[in-house]
Amino acid sequence: MANPTHTSPSIWQRHQVFEKNSILLVIGILVAISIGGLVEVLPLFYLKSTIEKVEGIRPLTPLELAGRDIYVREGCYLCHSQMIRPLRDEVERYGHYSLAAESMYDHPFQWGSKRNGPDLARVGGKYSDDWHRDHLRNPRSVVPASIMPGYPWLEKNLLDFNHIGDNMAVLAVEGVPYTPEMIASASSDVKTQGSADDGATPAFTKRYPKAISRDLGGNTGKLTEADALIAYLQLLGTQVDFKLYDDKANIR
Amino acid sequence: MPAPFLCRTNDFKIKRARMATIRMARCNGARAIMDGISPKKLTIGEMGLSVTMALLAVFAIFVAAKAWTPEYAFHAYLFAAGAVASVFAIANRYVSRPAVTPQEIDGKPNYNFGPVKFATLAAMFWGIAGFTVGLYIALELAWPIFNLDLPWTSFGRLRPLHTSAVIFAFGGNVLLATSFYVVQRTCRARLAGDLAPWFVILGYNFFILIAGTGYLLGITQGKEYAEPEWYTDSWLTVVWVTYLLVFLGTLWKRKEPHIYVANWFYLAFIVTIAVLHLGNNAAIPVSLFSSKSYIVWSGVQDAMIQWWYGHNAVGFFLTAGFLAIVYYFIPKRAERPVYSYRLSIIHFWALIFMYIWAGPHHLHYTALPDWAQTLGMTFSIMLWMPSWGGMINGLMTLSGAWDKLRTDPVLRMMVVSVAFYGMSTFEGPVMSIKSVNSLSHYTDWGIGHVHSGALGWVAYVSFGAMYCLVPWLWNKREVYSLKLVNWHFWVSTIGIVFYITSMWVAGIMQGLMWRAYTALGFLEYSFVETTEAMHPMYIIRALGGGMFLAGAVIMAYNLYMTIRSPEPIALGNRAALVPGE
Repeated sequence: MANPTHTSPSIWQRHQVFEKNSILLVIGILVAISIGGLVEVLPLFYLKSTIEKVEGIRPLTPLELAGRDIYVREGCYLCHSQMIRPLRDEVERYGHYSLAAESMYDHPFQWGSKRNGPDLARVGGKYSDDWHRDHLRNPRSVVPASIMPGYPWLEKNLLDFNHIGDNMAVLAVEGVPYTPEMIASASSDVKTQGSADDGATPAFTKRYPKAISRDLGGNTGKLTEADALIAYLQLLGTQVDFKLYDDKANIR
Repeated sequence: MPAPFLCRTNDFKIKRARMATIRMARCNGARAIMDGISPKKLTIGEMGLSVTMALLAVFAIFVAAKAWTPEYAFHAYLFAAGAVASVFAIANRYVSRPAVTPQEIDGKPNYNFGPVKFATLAAMFWGIAGFTVGLYIALELAWPIFNLDLPWTSFGRLRPLHTSAVIFAFGGNVLLATSFYVVQRTCRARLAGDLAPWFVILGYNFFILIAGTGYLLGITQGKEYAEPEWYTDSWLTVVWVTYLLVFLGTLWKRKEPHIYVANWFYLAFIVTIAVLHLGNNAAIPVSLFSSKSYIVWSGVQDAMIQWWYGHNAVGFFLTAGFLAIVYYFIPKRAERPVYSYRLSIIHFWALIFMYIWAGPHHLHYTALPDWAQTLGMTFSIMLWMPSWGGMINGLMTLSGAWDKLRTDPVLRMMVVSVAFYGMSTFEGPVMSIKSVNSLSHYTDWGIGHVHSGALGWVAYVSFGAMYCLVPWLWNKREVYSLKLVNWHFWVSTIGIVFYITSMWVAGIMQGLMWRAYTALGFLEYSFVETTEAMHPMYIIRALGGGMFLAGAVIMAYNLYMTIRSPEPIALGNRAALVPGE
């Protein structure tokens, strides 16, 4: 205050209005905490540059979605990130840095915050189904120094996909482009993708371009939780063809 | 609390006597009114809550019968059991309570300390449970055989149990207990509401029970520090709104013109956590009969909202709430006024305004747009100042009473907690710088940073507050043994040092190994080689965690003996501590 007089109250006296009125204090707190959140969150929903346009991103197949639900259930995100940073060592170790578009249908996101194990954003196709099966059952059978827990129950539990269509319907409401046809054929698509040479395969690959469709388990006829999880892991990071991707196109 | 079954016969006698009084009163109504005798009646609250809970029980059983998974049915049955138990509790309480609870007795406020006592004991229980799970998962990282190849003991399910148990169960109960204590004392008024305070305390602990058992059974929505599913979140919302109303209601009854500074911090904590909880947990359940839901946000927006929530769970749950403890318990224990009233005003508003911006520093170099990352980093660095404003205000309150640090281990614990607060709020801004973060992110440096805050700051200030609260609540002169407090202090301090130094080494080492190149320009280490290199650090960390747990067990024994000891405790314990000890 440039010219303090005895009549104008000091800032400390003005502050007493908050100290004497709990409702004003609550309103003051709400105003103070709203500004930062609004400035940082709201633009992400309307700025087009937030998520770049990329060819090849499709929603998860019902089997991959069931696998992702298991990934979430077992808390995989607590040790594995799915977010490759544009740093030289990460790009060389894991592959092309992650694009925002690659997780645009992820409810919730699974970028993770800690790497007790390696990043999984591009793990798809790097190992065989059998390797994953052995690794999930007993990680130390393929990586002797691994500290990952064993997940032997995943290949014992039969996959419960009675309600996978219901799950997809909710995601459709939230903006994932699942069509009514996709939701209606969810259960049969699960069986198609998890088994070898099924008659419905062309229709399935039309719905989900480039989706793998094979016997993931080696125990034909039974579809387990491990199969679903492996289907999800084999998809991770494989949707965008980086031979064609133009990383300059989105710079503006 | 009196055991209801032992008191019942007595209560009936009292009741019969009262009935007689009422009959007399009917003969002479005017006199009865003058004497202030009124018949005991079920209050609207008792009636309403009983009916609501009875309906909830029926509804929960209906949901359980149609649940899609046995895990969800189990939770529905827990809800039913909890609801039925609460109806019985309300009935029991009605039998033993007086017709009217006086707001004041002999001109002094009739403080409601029952819920405070419960939350204090719950904090001690959950603290030890949470530290134990933390120690166990530390052992899992050192020796993966501890995962036992079972779903409910695997790291991915136990880790949320650990974080929720220490943050929300231990920390949450400490905040509930201290806020209900402080708001009554500083307003010189009884806690607002009759059943509401009990509903808040018991309802919150029921939330913990549902959340924790859910993690073990694989019920999670997959968002860090916000793992509980939609129905658990909804229950917490009801409890939290009640908490806000009880707190505000007590402020409205205050006999002091000013709202004490600690209550500003409690209020900011309660209000902001409500906003964050609602924003981050917006989800659509798949069905009423399914535990599964999907968060409405996705990808990059979800990441931003998650860390807007996540970092402000730190800022408002683990900072603002515990700063409130600093503003009441340190001046009380040191018998000195708060150092600077003006500093408290400045740092309060600056802290709550700036904290909310800091979230994006959890997302450096990710697919989050650069402008948001830069904003997050800028505000994180600026946040250093209001944080240290709080530290200075807390430490300088000791002016003129520094000698007490030698003789009073409880005060020492709280002052060391403020020092740890200062240290981790310096480390945080450093780690939020993008170039530093490129090394520290995804490594154990983050775990070390979090624990210097969680163990050194949050837990220590909580321990200090509990060492003060228990004698105050149970009318004892002092804790059972200050010597044991001293032991607790040193055992756990050495434990913290082991913990944070081993995690610094592990984190910086792993970060450097990830980016190490050979002379030929190839990556030098495979991922698993970095894992192997951290094995010794993980053992040292587990040792540190074990010592911290041991300290807490000493504390539990000390508090138990304090409550049990006959009143009053001789001053001998204090005298036994000689200067320099």
